[in-house]
Amino acid sequence: MSALAAMLTRDLRVAVRVGGGALIGVLFFLVVVTLTPLALGPDLALLQRIGPAILWLAALLANLLALDRLFAADHEDGSLDLIMTGRAPLELVVAVKGLAQWLTTGLPLVIATPPIGLFLNLDAKAEGTLVLTLLVGTPGLTFIGLIGAALAVTLRRGGLLLAVLVLPLTVPVLIFGVAAANAAVMGPVPFGTPFTILCAFTLASIVVGPFAAAAALRQEME
Amino acid sequence: MAITDLANPSRFLAFANRIIPWLGALTVVVFAFAISRAMNAPDDYQQGATVKIMYLHVPGAWLGMLGWGLMTVAALGTLVWRHPLADVAAKAAAPIGAAFTFMCLVTGSLWGRPMWGTYWVWDARLTSVLVLFLLYLGVIALWRTVEDPSRAARAAAILTLVGALDLPIIKFSVDWWNTLHQPASVLRLGAPTIDPSILIPLFISALAFTLLFAVLLLAAMRNEILRRRVRTLRLLQASTAS
Amino acid sequence: MRLCASDLGCRRGGRTVFEGLSFAVEAGEALAIRGRNGAGKSSLLRLIVGLVRLGGGRLDLEGGDPELSLSEQAHYLGHQDALKPSLSVGENLRFWSEFLGGLSSDVGEALAAVGLAALADLPAAYLSAGQRRRLSIARLLAVKRPIWLLDEPTSTLDTTAQEQLVGLMRAHLAGGGLILAATHSALGIDDVKELRLGAPQ
Repeated sequence: MSALAAMLTRDLRVAVRVGGGALIGVLFFLVVVTLTPLALGPDLALLQRIGPAILWLAALLANLLALDRLFAADHEDGSLDLIMTGRAPLELVVAVKGLAQWLTTGLPLVIATPPIGLFLNLDAKAEGTLVLTLLVGTPGLTFIGLIGAALAVTLRRGGLLLAVLVLPLTVPVLIFGVAAANAAVMGPVPFGTPFTILCAFTLASIVVGPFAAAAALRQEME
Repeated sequence: MAITDLANPSRFLAFANRIIPWLGALTVVVFAFAISRAMNAPDDYQQGATVKIMYLHVPGAWLGMLGWGLMTVAALGTLVWRHPLADVAAKAAAPIGAAFTFMCLVTGSLWGRPMWGTYWVWDARLTSVLVLFLLYLGVIALWRTVEDPSRAARAAAILTLVGALDLPIIKFSVDWWNTLHQPASVLRLGAPTIDPSILIPLFISALAFTLLFAVLLLAAMRNEILRRRVRTLRLLQASTAS
Repeated sequence: MRLCASDLGCRRGGRTVFEGLSFAVEAGEALAIRGRNGAGKSSLLRLIVGLVRLGGGRLDLEGGDPELSLSEQAHYLGHQDALKPSLSVGENLRFWSEFLGGLSSDVGEALAAVGLAALADLPAAYLSAGQRRRLSIARLLAVKRPIWLLDEPTSTLDTTAQEQLVGLMRAHLAGGGLILAATHSALGIDDVKELRLGAPQ
């Protein structure tokens, strides 16, 4: 098996076996969605209108929580030292770790969105477009998050710093994700415009994220 | 054999192995009876046959709450009396109670759709049952995250006791707040307000589901005891290897 | 094969850890790096493997594979064990073997050589500290690299395991490998060159 495939398999195995597995992120997602109407009031019409935005925010926060352990765990047990002296380029290893992270955090969120959307009174069309925007947008969130996770890797209480670093970077994905989700349901902007821009941001982050994160890791490990 | 002898895991395993097949058979019989009575029960003049979702929804609610009540007693058993099987019972009950709560939420949602026009409303009773469901998922996650069983047991016990505050909120939410959900019609001061022709099948259905809960609980406890034995054997294997 | 260092310097956290360090290690030779705590033993090993930037001087490997960098031809055994507790002993070793470019056939032999073959399916969480150390050492056997950089290799090992390690080191040197070990105790091998850090050059 090649080095990168071995890395992917290992990260997937560890993510599935540890703690609640992939479902802890979904649980957090559900909790945030439950808290919002308790704060906003039970007006179903209001919830339906802002539903996509709430779900996008919840997905963003759930993603953020999972990023904390991405590199920190490997740094603490000494794996990162060995990874950085391996034969595979660090950028590709980081990209593969990002892929494993998305498969175990982002993808379950996307799959959990339809039933959870019912809590916010979303109809089928709104849910369909929302799922599509999350499917395209969550990889973008993960790969941008790699940068913050790498910058905060050597810090013990890096979680809050990571959030502060990553959240501004995710703003474009959030804006166009919600815009695309809303555009399909309300006019006047056609769905395609914000959606293609969302795709562009995700593709850009898949390239930029690993390079920036690898550079940050090398810097931090000095 | 006194019932306290069951506190010994090995005796419990022997007891569970003997009783589970019989209890399972009894459950199937009562379910058959419940289904037949439910099918013959009268329709609601307004809702028609959909009212029969009640035979799933109400037992689901009762058993979801019973599950947490059982876990609360087990939590006291762990923290106060140090009973050896208390935490096994608590860990085993959590997924079962969660499943019944989930059944309650889903059947209620499907039942409410034709009547209220929506799958979900954020009224007091539905929200507090949803919170119960989230608490269940949280305690299950806690059990799975802490590796050492006795530490996990104490942490889960504390969470269970705090979460028990949700149970009276669920029960009385329909009285305290103005809610969309139907007010209490069975367990209330004074007689139940439901006609016996519907009430009797409801009780039989509840009995069937309670027996199911008991069978699943015993089987899950058996699994948990075996799981802990495997863990002990592995620890032994590691420490006696060269 | 020959590892040459001339006038090596290292700076970490704004202070100079060492400078002007020179040494050479030939194939089949072992170098014991000694010095008080904080003298820079670990930093020197990390510098050679490429985790710390050179603060001056040169590091050359003569006779090695020209296609590979120095860090790709060296094994680093640090203070930590790089094991995931939720994976089994075998899964952990197989991962490093595949990641670092070893042969899958060597994994079983490596586990047997450190005496962990019987525990191959046990989750790594159940291992004692000494057993985890031995599993890390198995990594050096599962992937064949000529240079071994060992940081306190015998810590957490009991006497039997230490003798086992000495045997493995002797075999590595006999096969033409190089060993650089930072250690407070005697390595147990004959003909060990010494490099003392923190002493006036």
